[in-house]
Amino acid sequence: MGARLRKVGLPYLLLLPGLGWLAIFFAIPLGYMAFESLKEGTLETGYIFDWNFSNYTNAISDFSEQLVRSFEYAGLATLFGLLIGYPLAYVIAFRGGRWRNALLLAVIVPFFITYLIRTLSWETILSDSGLVVDTLRTLGLVSEGGRVLDTTASVVAGLTYNFLPFMILPLYASLERIDHRLLEAAYDLYGRRRDVFLRVTLPLSMPGVVAGTLLMFIPAAGDFINAELLGTPNQFMIGNVIQSRYLELNDYPTAAALSFILMAIMLIIVLVWARIAGTEALLGTEGEAR
Amino acid sequence: MEAGAATAPARTRDETRGPIRVGRRLLDVGLNLYAGLALVYLLVPITVILVFSFNNPRGRFNFIWQEFSFDAWKDPFAVPGIGDALWNSVQIAVLSTLVATILGTITALALVRYQFRGRAPVNFFIFIPLATPEIVLGAALLSLFLNFGVATGFGTILIAHIMFNLSFVVITVRSRLIGFDRSLEEAAQDLGATPLQTFRLVTLPLILPGVIAAALLAFALSIDDFVITYLNAGTTITFPVFIWGAARVAVPPQIYVIASIIFLFTLAMMLLTVWQQRRAEKMAARQPEPEEV
Repeated sequence: MGARLRKVGLPYLLLLPGLGWLAIFFAIPLGYMAFESLKEGTLETGYIFDWNFSNYTNAISDFSEQLVRSFEYAGLATLFGLLIGYPLAYVIAFRGGRWRNALLLAVIVPFFITYLIRTLSWETILSDSGLVVDTLRTLGLVSEGGRVLDTTASVVAGLTYNFLPFMILPLYASLERIDHRLLEAAYDLYGRRRDVFLRVTLPLSMPGVVAGTLLMFIPAAGDFINAELLGTPNQFMIGNVIQSRYLELNDYPTAAALSFILMAIMLIIVLVWARIAGTEALLGTEGEAR
Repeated sequence: MEAGAATAPARTRDETRGPIRVGRRLLDVGLNLYAGLALVYLLVPITVILVFSFNNPRGRFNFIWQEFSFDAWKDPFAVPGIGDALWNSVQIAVLSTLVATILGTITALALVRYQFRGRAPVNFFIFIPLATPEIVLGAALLSLFLNFGVATGFGTILIAHIMFNLSFVVITVRSRLIGFDRSLEEAAQDLGATPLQTFRLVTLPLILPGVIAAALLAFALSIDDFVITYLNAGTTITFPVFIWGAARVAVPPQIYVIASIIFLFTLAMMLLTVWQQRRAEKMAARQPEPEEV
């Protein structure tokens, strides 16, 4: 009886430390943030809990511009990420040959440089008398005295660059896993190249597309570093607002409410994606003991 | 490009005629070229950092090329505070990696090896932090510390890093465990090994590559983290927090030098691992690599 109990209880015992840590430092903090978001008052008088739901409605009406912008920028960056990342992942997976590992290394190399320095590097590249701006001016794409830095373009470019490896790696993983015999079969059945791609390769790589777009979209939508370093307050995203409300203005209730709004929208997007793609592909739980 | 093939769909690849083959060739070359450009795009900012670490900037910002100089490389820690910041980052990265890898590996083992009630919600619970924007993770933790009057600093950064690393470790180790052959463990136990011996001699060596990969990932995430750290740092300064402060006031070339050193060190480690793997593979089986189709 004791042995049986031990056997039944063992997985829970093993889960305890890890899940306990996540419960105390992830789940409970979310509860406190909810508590914080319903407080009323000012910094001078102190904040008192009062079921103050107007924090949410006020936050949405005051910062709708930044909210919409966050999802717009993150969506654009994810789209560009897919357009740049898919062909690259495809070429590495199908034509990399013995160079595959080296090419993959080149893809993750940006991660070896601290995130903030990568962004500073773009500030250098796009700066007013830098090479990019000079070239664009010569081509007439940027007017005399026009700038690239501190525009929507520079912020979206920064987001695209910084999170691109998150897109490429899952794409590569799913493309690399494709059984080449399926493609051969499609060709043997006189499939044209475009059809083989659209009806075999692309559907089989969908888990990678789903994972990649999520892994890129989520951090991009919550980011505030690119907007701060490569943009102006006109490009500020919701992350900038949350950060400054918490650390500079000490307006905790608004910051907490905004965090929840951001998280709620993000969860809805993830769940909708999960419905489309199937949760197994998303959670990576296929093949577990049943 | 494949319009010719569209009018005669019954043709196989080998029978295609001249113009189609040229079109296909162009498409091939174009695709490779596009991928090459994407790679260049990924590498440009790194080149800029390496090059500008040799710059001798005139103003406070290192944005415009002035002249070649070894000054910053001769004394990378000349900027006050930069050494302490780096040391803080390394300490936090090592400690958080250690704790997160141990806790995460145990959690992954429990999730894959046993069937028990509530596994699906547990999987979901571990996944949520990954789907939560960093700013929300950091803000929530800060709310907790604020409510309990905990002073933020080194300890709170460490707690935060273990928290966000845990989910990554669980998922990395779990993906390695999924193809795991349990009969090997059963064999060990049939031969009289205790559960602990089985774990040490059979299970651990088998999952070790996954555990090492998870630890490397955790270390990289920790040493690079800014958003969550910044919210919970108090007056403690890590390397990314130092750069953030510098970015608004002055960017000395030393920042690029230290970034270059970290970069070259990581690259060397990676190349060493890849080279060793190659050698091990070659020794293990002299099989030809699967060629492209």
